[in-house]
Amino acid sequence: MTATTADTRRVTTAKAISEAIALEMRADPEVFVMGEDVGPYGGIFGSTGGLWDEFGAERIIDTPISETGFIGAGIGAAVEGMRPVVELMFVDFFGVCMDQIYNHMAKIHYESGGNVKVPLVLMMAVGGGYSDAAQHSQCLWGTFAHMPGLKVVAPSNPYDAKGLMASAIRDDNPVLFLFHKGVMGLPWMAKNPRSIGPVPEEAYTVPIGKAAVAHEGSDVTVVSVSMSVQHCLDVAEALEGTTSVEVLDLRTIAPLDRDAILASVGKTGRLVIVDEDYKSFGMSGEVVATITDRDPRMLKGPVQRVAYPDIPVPYSRILEYEALPTRDKIQRAIEEVMKF
Amino acid sequence: MVDNNMRLGFYKEMVRIRTYEEAIRRDYHADKAPAWDIGAGLIPGEMHLSAGQEPVAVGLCANLVQGDAITAPHRPHHLALAKGVDMKAMTAEIFGRTTGLGKGKGGHMHLFAPEQHFSCSGIIAEGFPVAVGQAMAFKRRGTDNVAVAVAGDGAVNQGAFHEALNLASLWTIPVIFVIEDNDWAISVHRDTSTPVKHNADRAAAYGMPAKRVEGNDVEAMYAASKEAVERARAGGGPSFIEIHTVRLWGHFEGDAQAYRGDELAEAESRDPVPMYAEKLTNAGILDAATDAAIKQQASDEVEAAIEFAKSSPQPDPSDAYLHVFA
Repeated sequence: MTATTADTRRVTTAKAISEAIALEMRADPEVFVMGEDVGPYGGIFGSTGGLWDEFGAERIIDTPISETGFIGAGIGAAVEGMRPVVELMFVDFFGVCMDQIYNHMAKIHYESGGNVKVPLVLMMAVGGGYSDAAQHSQCLWGTFAHMPGLKVVAPSNPYDAKGLMASAIRDDNPVLFLFHKGVMGLPWMAKNPRSIGPVPEEAYTVPIGKAAVAHEGSDVTVVSVSMSVQHCLDVAEALEGTTSVEVLDLRTIAPLDRDAILASVGKTGRLVIVDEDYKSFGMSGEVVATITDRDPRMLKGPVQRVAYPDIPVPYSRILEYEALPTRDKIQRAIEEVMKF
Repeated sequence: MVDNNMRLGFYKEMVRIRTYEEAIRRDYHADKAPAWDIGAGLIPGEMHLSAGQEPVAVGLCANLVQGDAITAPHRPHHLALAKGVDMKAMTAEIFGRTTGLGKGKGGHMHLFAPEQHFSCSGIIAEGFPVAVGQAMAFKRRGTDNVAVAVAGDGAVNQGAFHEALNLASLWTIPVIFVIEDNDWAISVHRDTSTPVKHNADRAAAYGMPAKRVEGNDVEAMYAASKEAVERARAGGGPSFIEIHTVRLWGHFEGDAQAYRGDELAEAESRDPVPMYAEKLTNAGILDAATDAAIKQQASDEVEAAIEFAKSSPQPDPSDAYLHVFA
């Protein structure tokens, strides 16, 4: 039965996420959802679609625009043992509630010497590519991964999204669940074919902290996460027969699966990192350090980073695509590392 | 409503808290001389003591049970003790020992006692939304427990304060917001920061009942808290209490308080502990022998807690890497 539904049923990432939440809510009365427009609207990006119809306003709670207030309330409910799933609509809105995230959610377990747990999921939409400009297009996973005490996941496809959401809700730690708008399979955005895929109907988990080899290869390792993984897979498939590209989908940014990075680069000796988050002081540098901390001689030559340049996200489509990781840039980076 | 037994109980608890703060103050300063170094000594770091604010904690907590929650601010000792947090574990935390509430990871601004649903945070007003969430959990589970968010008058101009009041009123959450108006936000006087004379007036903007308690009066604080807690337990939603209290000592230990000028001497004349002792003595409730016994009992308990802390093991350096994740 599992195999049949997995093989035949294809859903969007948005549907996969809301399905995971529904399954956890049916199984555990302590799970509830809170955020802006998560009720009858179903989440601006569809992450809570259908939940209000099934669970009602008592468990799917539309909030005022008070991100400090309702994220703080989520923390309070979590320390009392509930399992809130809180949505901060756009990751870019973190600025109005960062204290609750950085100083409370992330630190309470440590400050309490392990005596208080904060089992909370904070969902946020990330990413650009549709001219929403500087305050509605960022990824920022590096900003959150930098803070000890937060787990940060960012799925690239519907199957991982459903399994990671189940793991996030069951985890006893705060988990930041970053879904890229481009992977949600939304009818009102560019159609990315890999944002709709096979997803089993029943509950299952994808482990937090484990990367996945999304495309096996032996010449070059391309490490990426979230939407960019889809572009990497397109390039890897296009280069089949020419260059053997291994695409490593991190799936979790923190804690980083360093073993998977070391294993793949140990095999290929060449490394490209594709990151839609800002280049400096972020995920791409951390992946490089993972190699050079162990043994720089693993690399045959310099690393290529296809990351967001250190500029705010511009509005004009021409300007934005100058900055975004694209298939062309990824392919050129692969060609560069293949020179060594 | 307040009988003489309760009055004596209030006094005992106020003495207990004052004795504690005096002892912490003594030990805090004991090994920082001759050259002042805030990070040196058996109790390192910032130290915000609550002398003068005992009536707030005692009047409030007399209405609370173990299952009720408090989120306290950076000046938390009076609230922790009145709430029933274990004095030994709390003291060990302040001394940074493994037997402390947070195994030496939190310190005096980050005390977590989950059995008492007590926590505090060093970020002004940010405990207010957390209390709302704890009370949400109590309500969802059908208990009659309540949560209380406490902060100083400096907290009322933070967004978190207003967001929390709005959410609590909107959702009829069993939470009580308490503002300890001690006139000062570090060195900035209330009149310099806040355009309304009484913050209780602000509660009206959220459709919330409010009361201002004058005179740092433990019995009036008890009565106001009782009304608010009973309303919350009965499903009547949140309330707001502001009490005019007094900060007898500096914002932190080592604060010379030059900014207070003549007000400091005036504040010292409003010390609630001797004032309440005098009131109870005049009413024939307290005599010198009883007073001495109360103080001795408090001293014995506090010194035992300090001895426990001092004789507890220091953490192993490798403990720093534990407890990042559950």
